[in-house]
Amino acid sequence: MSALLDVKDLVVRFYTQEGTVYAVNGVSFEIEEGETLGIVGESGSGKSVSSLALMGLIPSPPGKVESGTVIFEGRDLLTLKPDQMRLIRGKEIAMIFQDPMTSLNPVLTIGTQITESLKLHEGMNTSQSRKRAADLLDMVGIPDAYRRLDDYPHQFSGGMRQRVMIAMGLSCNPKLLIADEPTTALDVTIQAQIIELVKQLKDEFNMAMIWITHDLGVVAGIADRIQVMYGGRIMESGSSHEVFGDSRHPYTVGLLGSLPRLDSSGEEKLTQIEGSPPDMRNEPKGCPFAPRCDVRETLQLERCWDERPLLETVPGNGGDGAHIMSCWADIREGVAENV
Amino acid sequence: MSSQTMTAEARQEQNGRDVILQVSDLKKHFPISAGIVFQRQVGAVRAVDGVSFDVYRGETLGLVGESGCGKSTTGRTILQLYRPTEGSVKFEGQELSTMAGNDLRQMRRRMQIIFQDPFASLNPRMTVGSIVSEPLQIHKIYNDKKERQQYVEQLMERVGLNPYFINRYPHEFSGGQRQRIGIARALALEPSFIVADEPISALDVSIQAQVVNLMEELQDELNLTYLFIAHDLSMVRHICDRVAVMYLGKIVELGPVDEVYNNPQHPYTQALLSAVPVPDPVVEEDRQRIIIAGDLPNPANPPAGCNFNTRCPVAFDLCYHEPDPPLIEVRPQHFVSCHRVT
Ligand SMILES: Nc1ncnc2c1ncn2[C@@H]1O[C@H](COP(=O)(O)OP(=O)(O)OP(=O)(O)O)[C@@H](O)[C@H]1O
Ligand SMILES: Nc1ncnc2c1ncn2[C@@H]1O[C@H](COP(=O)(O)OP(=O)(O)OP(=O)(O)O)[C@@H](O)[C@H]1O
Ligand code: SF4
Ligand code: SF4
Ligand SMILES: [Mg+2]
Ligand SMILES: [Mg+2]
Repeated sequence: MSALLDVKDLVVRFYTQEGTVYAVNGVSFEIEEGETLGIVGESGSGKSVSSLALMGLIPSPPGKVESGTVIFEGRDLLTLKPDQMRLIRGKEIAMIFQDPMTSLNPVLTIGTQITESLKLHEGMNTSQSRKRAADLLDMVGIPDAYRRLDDYPHQFSGGMRQRVMIAMGLSCNPKLLIADEPTTALDVTIQAQIIELVKQLKDEFNMAMIWITHDLGVVAGIADRIQVMYGGRIMESGSSHEVFGDSRHPYTVGLLGSLPRLDSSGEEKLTQIEGSPPDMRNEPKGCPFAPRCDVRETLQLERCWDERPLLETVPGNGGDGAHIMSCWADIREGVAENV
Repeated sequence: MSSQTMTAEARQEQNGRDVILQVSDLKKHFPISAGIVFQRQVGAVRAVDGVSFDVYRGETLGLVGESGCGKSTTGRTILQLYRPTEGSVKFEGQELSTMAGNDLRQMRRRMQIIFQDPFASLNPRMTVGSIVSEPLQIHKIYNDKKERQQYVEQLMERVGLNPYFINRYPHEFSGGQRQRIGIARALALEPSFIVADEPISALDVSIQAQVVNLMEELQDELNLTYLFIAHDLSMVRHICDRVAVMYLGKIVELGPVDEVYNNPQHPYTQALLSAVPVPDPVVEEDRQRIIIAGDLPNPANPPAGCNFNTRCPVAFDLCYHEPDPPLIEVRPQHFVSCHRVT
């Protein structure tokens, strides 16, 4: 069976006055029908740009998709004309953003905004689409939904606006939902409401999902697979059990070590990753994590500076080879010195 | 016994610990006015609506709760950046709410604040050196320029900034480095108490641990007391000795962190803790969440009865008719305000 979405070697750059930004540097991944992929990484690691690229939403100039293919149901989305792409966006692939105010039009009522896409994609008339819009709002837990169709975005709270965005995203039963930090700006109690809602709807609609976040806790609860990004590249990818339970990349290990946990008392010092995130205007010759990597330092791995490790099956993985990483070192206990 | 009915002296004696800060029935209401020509007050945002707690010297007290519940206002009112509407704030035994002028300025040397946003809180036109030394100039300490520069360099070194960069501007630094600049500035006057208002929320995950470790080291070294305002409940458990949970301008639960996290008593604390995701899929699979519906009510128009009754999964008659439940000590040092918990 072929994947629902197959992204290969995606490269995206921005040509700015301050120089070229190497935002996404050869990213490949697949998503099966109904699967949830969590993309995690720090600010600037290329999470949003990779998902915008596959939706054809990179602002150009300054941005440019330099190369890559994005096969969705047999078609390469990167070769589609803008109006063909518009038919896919919202209908087959929907996207929810971190800040609903940037994607909701402040001068149009919520009802107008939801019915617009139902009319475009589903050919509904006004009364049909209003009925469906009210059903959707009701489904995402907006009380008194039919009456609220005539309210404007500012009349809703932050959590409610995010639910309105989800209702809009789901309006045409998309096969793939891309959620870019949809709960980051919300309080944990509201975040929990949204996550419960999305999980439930995902099962109901058998929708595949990409959930982008810097919060490792959030994806641990919802993702089937996790992809860890750093410097516009994938560092490690695998099932969430593998990536959390058997982390192999020094960056993943560092990130998890620097997180305190709700379920244990905080006696020990947090292990910190030294240094700061990379300047994306330089394309490192070797591993992008090299300047901050304690494993490189301990093992005195000089090649990390000059040779870029490929994304390959982790050493000793007897399974299906789906647990991959890009690192020269094998950090499993007892084998580190034999690298 | 209710903490609100205890006298300050009794609170201090009860624990035999050195109380650095005593907050009693503190209120801060912001007036809402209407009218174009004649402004008149039509209501008030009850941002902080009667909170009482002590802070012990050398400890870190966490202040948590949803956005808009009054955490920052509490911090600022303690420091007298906002003057209280009602209530008392005693710092090292001295009442701040009635203090003014030079007396207050002298007290402020000992109480500093670190802000959430290292980008917005530093003047972009000042060099790091002048940002860090500004408080020294205001308070006329180290009048000798050379000595002052040496001291600033020491401070920079202490917070992990290379003193070589003393003449650079904030935009030349990363977020984590800017937060270090903010910390160096806060430390310049050798304070004993620091309000840290979401000091790591704007930072990358890998940088948060750096800043938290630094804050912990400085605390040990300089015997600092922190009021740590945050919404990251996992970090609060890590860094704090005690935690106060706020809801709609009031403290609903207060106690030692392990006690509150292992044994939360207030329905809001229970929901809040159950909502925090844990970065471990095995744990997440079996977790039971208490999902509370709806949003925080408008603090200008809080519900009658218990503040939490519009969202509480276990509310009953009393919660709608009786006045707010008092903060009761249910176990040693563990206080809860809920009619269900007695
Ligand atoms: N329109 C643009 N012009 C120039 N550079 C851009 C633009 N959009 C993104 N970039 C750069 O591309 C890189 C990747 O950005 P991206 O938005 O994908 O990061 P991210 O991982 O989503 O981070 P965050 O967690 O902050 O959202 C960054 O260095 C960013 O500055
Ligand atoms: N200067 C002000 N004037 C009027 N209202 C204010 C002012 N400052 C805060 N408020 C209101 O007081 C309430 C409490 O705000 P506060 O900033 O203390 O909340 P917070 O708990 O710090 O929230 P956050 O987590 O979002 O920082 C909010 O309703 C806020 O809108
Ligand atoms: S390749 Fe080298 S520098 Fe990169 S993560 Fe692995 S050990 Fe560290
Ligand atoms: S007093 Fe009543 S409404 Fe308030 S938290 Fe307790 S049970 Fe819930
Ligand atoms: Mg992003
Ligand atoms: Mg605040």
